[in-house]
Amino acid sequence: MAKRVSLSGNEAVAYAMRQINPDVVAAFPITPSTEVPQYFSQFVANGQVTSEFVAVESEHSAMSACIGASAAGGRVMTATSSCGLALMWEMLYIAASSRLPVVLAVVNRALSGPINIHNDHSDSMGARDSGWIQIYGENAQEAYDNFIQAIRIGEHPDVQLPVMVCYDGFITSHAVENLEMCEDAEVKAFVGERVAPYSLLGENPVAMGPLDLPPHYFEHKRQQAEAMRNAKKVILEVAAEFEKLTGRKYGLFEEYKMEDAEAAMVIINSTAGTAKKVVDKMRAEGKKVGLIKIRSFRPFPAEELVAALKNVKAVAVMDKVDGFTGVAAPLHNEVRSALYGAAEGKIVPGYIYGLGGRDVTVNDIESVYNDLFKAIETGKYEVYNYLGVRE
Amino acid sequence: MKEKMMKITPNVSWKDITPGGVITKSGNAEEFKTGDWRSMKPVWHEDKCKHCMLCWVVCPDNSIIPEDGKIKGFDFDHCKGCGVCTKQCKFGALDFVVEE
Repeated sequence: MAKRVSLSGNEAVAYAMRQINPDVVAAFPITPSTEVPQYFSQFVANGQVTSEFVAVESEHSAMSACIGASAAGGRVMTATSSCGLALMWEMLYIAASSRLPVVLAVVNRALSGPINIHNDHSDSMGARDSGWIQIYGENAQEAYDNFIQAIRIGEHPDVQLPVMVCYDGFITSHAVENLEMCEDAEVKAFVGERVAPYSLLGENPVAMGPLDLPPHYFEHKRQQAEAMRNAKKVILEVAAEFEKLTGRKYGLFEEYKMEDAEAAMVIINSTAGTAKKVVDKMRAEGKKVGLIKIRSFRPFPAEELVAALKNVKAVAVMDKVDGFTGVAAPLHNEVRSALYGAAEGKIVPGYIYGLGGRDVTVNDIESVYNDLFKAIETGKYEVYNYLGVRE
Repeated sequence: MKEKMMKITPNVSWKDITPGGVITKSGNAEEFKTGDWRSMKPVWHEDKCKHCMLCWVVCPDNSIIPEDGKIKGFDFDHCKGCGVCTKQCKFGALDFVVEE
């Protein structure tokens, strides 16, 4: 039986880790993810888990230790934020290309500089093409649920890829919320034991990470790309099984009041909560607004999103990161690319908001919906926008 | 994941190659014919050879084949043509020529 608890997002994820009881956790502290390994190390000290906890000297070492342990066949996890993720960069690619299903809690925080400890998505969005699956969650409940499902997604025989479970720093990581936790035995049964197809240890030890020159490197990359494509189906299968266990429904993205919506918003993580409140308010005023919250950013659910946006006239794509491309930010790029050839005259502006933890209010979100209605009426609008910056 | 090919050939497709380049058996370096990297090659003059075996000692690729304490010949599947053996030979028994 599930139980109601009040936990911060970081506590919820650390509790999920305790229930999963991984073989190895190797981590280095960085705000706002620090509490995850901190709480977990207490579970280790208390004998509540049998995990090996490796207190490493940097995030590069944390990911390296995770890769080694995962290559040895272990179930492995860690947590980081911001510059910690940046320091893991080189090893992120090694984990993904070596097909090692490490699970990483990314507690989203702005990247330096200037140095800033608050929430935006520049850390995980920077790593969006590292070959990791990226699952995003709105609140502590979703962070907890996603973390448990990530084990099954990454370790699926058709996938075998590492997974980032992303949630917003401070807003989700430190705010205490009510959530439902599974029983330890339920989680244990749900995640099962890791069955590694290849291992450095055991009866059939292999060599991993060899030099891979022009005759074969391309084939390995093609195979890795296929694994990412396979992940889409697996994410849905695991979600269906999780729903049976908990009653909580997950998909590639969440559609909120999208039926008959004319103006929609595509958004990631905690600001979706603020935006849902705005949707409720505007719906009460008779305005046809809806929202799509991306859960799986890698793999990106392009076809599914096109289908979900089929009937909207205008959709605002919200990025809590500036991609510095000279044009659009990451999510805006993805959505516009997905809609190319299927947009049928749709209005698809992008908004960069909340950088470095800048507060995003219901009024801000409402102004975006109002922009969309004005654009539908007049046909005039700006494609690239900043929300909440001082002009 | 289905059982991937144990033997990786130059023609293996992305569907059959081992994930991440995993090597599932040991001692297979011999199957990698590095001899085709060669642009120069050693030529052995058996009549001048004293079988001192120093060329066998210095060869970095184990490409000089001994038998009963004497030089028997060269493994040109793996000799990369570095020329170390020819450089150290004091008896004029090894020439170094352009690979045709």
